[in-house]
Amino acid sequence: MKISYREALREALRDALASDPRVFLMGEDVGRYGGSYAVSKGLLEAFGPERVRDTPLSELGFVGAGVGAALGGMRPIVEVMTVNFSLLAMDQIVNGAAALRHMSGGQLHVPLVIRMATGAGRQLAAQHSHSFEGWYAHVPGLRVLAPATIADARGMLEPALACPDPVILFEHVRLYNLEGELGDDPSAWRCDIRSAAMRRAGDAVTIIAYGGGLLRALEAADQLAGEGIEAEVIDLRVLRPLDTPTLLGSVRKTHRAVVVDEGWKSGSLSAEIVARLMEGAFYDLDAPVGRVCSEEVPMPYALPLEEAALPQPGKIVAAVRTLLGKT
Amino acid sequence: MSLGPVPYDKTSSQALLADMLRIRRLEEAAAEWYGAGKIRGYLHLYIGEEAVAAGAMPCFHEGDDVVATYREHGHALMRGVPMNAIMAEMFGKALGCSRGRGGSMHLFDAGRRFFGGNAIVGGGLPLAVGLALAAQLQHEARVVACFFGEGAVAEGAFHESMNLAALWKLPVLFCCENNLYAMGTALARSESQTDLCVKAESYQVPALRADGMDVVSVRETTQQALARMRAGGGPAFVEYRTYRFRAHSMFDPELYRDRKEVEAWKERGPIHTFSARLKAEGKLTEEEFLALDARAMAEVAAAVAFADAAPFEPVSELGRDVVAQEEP
Amino acid sequence: MIDFTLPALGADMTEGKLLEWKVKPGDAVRRGQVVAVVDTSKAAVDVEIWQDGTVAQLLVRPGETVPVGTPMARLLAPGELPVARSRVSPAARQRAATLGIALESIAGSGPEGAVTLEDVERTAAAAATPAAAVASVPAGTGVGKVADMRAAIGAAMSRSKREIPHYYLAESVPMRRAQEWLETFNAGRPLPERLLMAVLPIKAVALALRKFPELNGFYRNGAFEAGKGIHVGVAIALRQGGLVAPALHDAADKPLAVIMQELSDLVQRARSASLRSSELADATVTVTNLGDQGVESVFGVIYPPQVALVGLGRVSLRPWAEEGVVRAVPVMQATLSADHRVSDGHRGALFLNEVRERLQHPETL
Repeated sequence: MKISYREALREALRDALASDPRVFLMGEDVGRYGGSYAVSKGLLEAFGPERVRDTPLSELGFVGAGVGAALGGMRPIVEVMTVNFSLLAMDQIVNGAAALRHMSGGQLHVPLVIRMATGAGRQLAAQHSHSFEGWYAHVPGLRVLAPATIADARGMLEPALACPDPVILFEHVRLYNLEGELGDDPSAWRCDIRSAAMRRAGDAVTIIAYGGGLLRALEAADQLAGEGIEAEVIDLRVLRPLDTPTLLGSVRKTHRAVVVDEGWKSGSLSAEIVARLMEGAFYDLDAPVGRVCSEEVPMPYALPLEEAALPQPGKIVAAVRTLLGKT
Repeated sequence: MSLGPVPYDKTSSQALLADMLRIRRLEEAAAEWYGAGKIRGYLHLYIGEEAVAAGAMPCFHEGDDVVATYREHGHALMRGVPMNAIMAEMFGKALGCSRGRGGSMHLFDAGRRFFGGNAIVGGGLPLAVGLALAAQLQHEARVVACFFGEGAVAEGAFHESMNLAALWKLPVLFCCENNLYAMGTALARSESQTDLCVKAESYQVPALRADGMDVVSVRETTQQALARMRAGGGPAFVEYRTYRFRAHSMFDPELYRDRKEVEAWKERGPIHTFSARLKAEGKLTEEEFLALDARAMAEVAAAVAFADAAPFEPVSELGRDVVAQEEP
Repeated sequence: MIDFTLPALGADMTEGKLLEWKVKPGDAVRRGQVVAVVDTSKAAVDVEIWQDGTVAQLLVRPGETVPVGTPMARLLAPGELPVARSRVSPAARQRAATLGIALESIAGSGPEGAVTLEDVERTAAAAATPAAAVASVPAGTGVGKVADMRAAIGAAMSRSKREIPHYYLAESVPMRRAQEWLETFNAGRPLPERLLMAVLPIKAVALALRKFPELNGFYRNGAFEAGKGIHVGVAIALRQGGLVAPALHDAADKPLAVIMQELSDLVQRARSASLRSSELADATVTVTNLGDQGVESVFGVIYPPQVALVGLGRVSLRPWAEEGVVRAVPVMQATLSADHRVSDGHRGALFLNEVRERLQHPETL
């Protein structure tokens, strides 16, 4: 059955709302409007305004309310329109949700799922386009997910809701319209939220990507295959905790790695991954680890500028060639 | 300021006094052991404000939720958190109510529905809204007590939370402890509107004002607000006008207020004024007062001994309770 | 870069103790300048340097005792700029250490000329690495040394058999004229000037390769690179087991006497493990001669990244039809193992014919 990434997310929400009365969805325009990216379209009609709850433009307030509701025994799913807006709620996520278990000596826990759109590619400029996944992945106490496939969009919510700790689920805006085949049986999407996945096998280089970067990495890998370079592509899937063994295992095989991250290089998730490769696979590396990240500018509006600022397949191919001494 | 007669019998009245004394002695011991180096970090004392916690906390039921601030020792104690566990937490010990992870500012007791101990000014308000939302969605009658200082009303969290609670008719009692200073900044120097009840009312949240130096006023006003809430009336706001006799924290040199002002407020100290009234009404003798005080001091001494003897959490346990042990 | 090594300050001196440096890094030194004082166990000797340069690095500290020949300091030659540490990937460094390969001998193909894992493997395969292994393994670890060499040969040969599509040809070469010519040549010459039969086929192969460049060179990165010269790798069995195939440089251009001299020298140095790194890396083709061991023919395994190997068997009397008459004639089996990615049987056959014909005219070799 053909299904879009957006529909996959919606069906996962529908399942969650239908199967657990503790689950409710809350956020700006999730109800009557149908979600700013139309993910929750139709759910209000199915589940009513209590469980598909429109909120005022109060990110700090309603994300904090999600934390409180989780403490109070509910399983809230909070939608934040974009990761940029989540900065208004970062206090509640970082000082609150992430810290409560430890700060309370293990007495409290926050079974909260926060969904948010992330990334660029829609010409939404510098306040709607950034990739702050790495900031959240920095924080102990959180679990950070980045579904990059239809199956993960469909499958990750269930284990996220089952997780007793706060989970942040990043939906890349370029993926919402992505379509693909997905079987009807839950086995087609059932997944864990702790491991990375190899999306393409290869022996010449490992390309590590996540979220919106995965498709670009795969595109680059196809191009490289035409040159006789077989790249292995690893989809991180889970940005915290990182599945370091899978990354090391691949790099030990290929001896080279390029990390694709739509965040900025400085202090980024890609920096963390490179550091882990140094710590765990230094003597297996045959070249310095490469990185393809967003240029260090606030995301510009104009299309040519936006495209130039983002990791593109061509940049990934070039980075791989450099590692192989083929420039 | 003249205080009217105490509308409670001897036993209830003495219980209120005893609670204020327990808080006072606990705080004094905290200061003492801070000086001795046993307690570190930030320590915010509640001395002078005891009537608020002692008067308001007993109005909440066991099943209700409590969210407090970093000046929360008294609230935790009134909630029933054992003094031993509170003191051990301040000492950073494994037997503390947060296993030594929280300290003075982060006292927790999940079993007693005491949700901390929040050291981000205003940070507890959205949490309280969420707890109330859970109660509403679960069709349960519990309400949420949300304590915060007047400094928090300058935070966006206050306004967002008032709005959400009013909009969704959530059972939160916003308990604003107005001790006139946000750290060192006087209310008039941080707020264009210093009448806090007006702010609450602008969100259609009914607001009441209590004399926070008078345990009777605190109790009565809180009961009044709660009665309305329990009848399904949505949130309410109570401003408790109070004053802290001690500095903001142990690091505070108190350059921002006049000693005369402090002395004037001390004249209105909640413990000695309430004792005097009870004595005048024949509900308390000096012997009884001394006995209550001795009991409070004994409890505190035992708590200090307990905290001092308690072990620190082994460093090998450092990484526990960050996330669930079981991988999802 | 100039290495200043501890000189032998007397025939019986095997080591010396550095007492004092007279220079420090950054100092310019002149030929003849005393740079160090060394205790030879007989006396403290002022040690001079015989090159101009600038001291880059002192490698030995006063008080240390080191063998003669040990680099003690490193100098920049006049005009030489200090170079960055050579680029070697961590994986390559680790692998080279395991294989006992000297990194300095490896040309890097990675980013900015870095030596990569593949470069190390290729070098291991190309040289079959024995000499390097011998050279780099300290004395007293004989068992490990042989085992390391066996592992290195194994790796190279496995790679060869895995990657190179070999084809094999054999040709019987009458050797009567060569033998007769050799006897005449050697007659009356003193022993050191005499030639061995082995050098004739080497020269013949070298000359033949001029016409068949596709058998001389390397297959690298998916393409053939013709050898820049004809450097015949001569397989030499080592006493402790294993073998090495050092290059006899520009064999086609050298008279037989020179080839003879160089061959003797190579054999001697291969067995005493003092080959030069260039000799291990340069061979563009290999000749293996198992005739001494009495076999009739040998079909060898190509040393990657080379593309051909010529095998020579024993010279023995065989019935041979010549000018319509069957005679007993000395005959040698010459074989060719070649890489089908670069050449094919037709050209290989013509090459063997050329070798055969060359050996019928020994006076032209």
